[in-house]
Amino acid sequence: MDSFSPIPALLGGALIGLASALLWLGNGRIAGISGIFGQLLPPARTVVWRLVFLGALVLGTLVAAWLFPGLGVGGPGGKPAALVSAPANWGIPTPVWLVIAGLLTGFGTKIGNGCTSGHGVCGIARLSLRSFVAVGIFFSVAIITVAVTGVAA
Amino acid sequence: MSPTTRLPYLATAALSGLLFGAGLYVSQMVDPLKVLRFLDFGAIPRGGWDPSLAFVIVAAIGVMFVAVRIGGKRTAPAFDTTFHEPEFKRIDAPLVTGAVLFGIGWGMSGICPGPAISLIAFWPPDLLIFLLALFAGSYAGVLIIPSGRDRRLAVA
Repeated sequence: MDSFSPIPALLGGALIGLASALLWLGNGRIAGISGIFGQLLPPARTVVWRLVFLGALVLGTLVAAWLFPGLGVGGPGGKPAALVSAPANWGIPTPVWLVIAGLLTGFGTKIGNGCTSGHGVCGIARLSLRSFVAVGIFFSVAIITVAVTGVAA
Repeated sequence: MSPTTRLPYLATAALSGLLFGAGLYVSQMVDPLKVLRFLDFGAIPRGGWDPSLAFVIVAAIGVMFVAVRIGGKRTAPAFDTTFHEPEFKRIDAPLVTGAVLFGIGWGMSGICPGPAISLIAFWPPDLLIFLLALFAGSYAGVLIIPSGRDRRLAVA
């Protein structure tokens, strides 16, 4: 339990909730990152606000890392950000492992119309049955995947 | 002039993005290893499980739940003419299949789309190929599954 951090988790979660609330009440848009990201692709709809949102998301991360160094990854005093290494016993090079994960994540969130933010935060808050189903499935499958691959070890 | 290019609309998108990115950093969900320590339920009996992610999502849902109730009393958001409710209502095969495939990808990497973008701030090794794969996977989804309007008409 040494890494358990309930207070930053609650504060950070509230910020994510506030961001989602603002986009919904201001612009009537779901703050679903896979949707905002995916709809930059052809047939692209309105691109400008999506690019502004995603650029600001990166900037917000940088500013928070500068204001609160050492809280998360990166920034002065923080841990260097790192992606996972492929589990050794699978015999798959890490870049290939990450490409497979990225393809599955991009394809899955596109055809399933949402990810952790769109279904997980906004959909559950809207009491959407589709989102409850999606969240139940992707959390369960992710937990099984971690158990099977041993990637967290 | 489309409502989506007016300044208050874009400022709202920018402020929302800033808060979202800050939230991902403060909650440490930008760290793939932190996310994996939540998904690693095998660690519960060993005492090394990290339940932080559950606290993040419950807090976020709590705030958004109130916002959705406030929005429900209004006919339109502040800077557009309508709330853009998702078009689909049915539990269908693409939803279930998509959630399964995303679950596998997320479990392999500990990176969901929000943190994938947020991580650009730190640009760790291999992030670029992950982002390119994410983009390619999403585009494959566009090609295979008809876009929203077409699919809704196809279902109707």
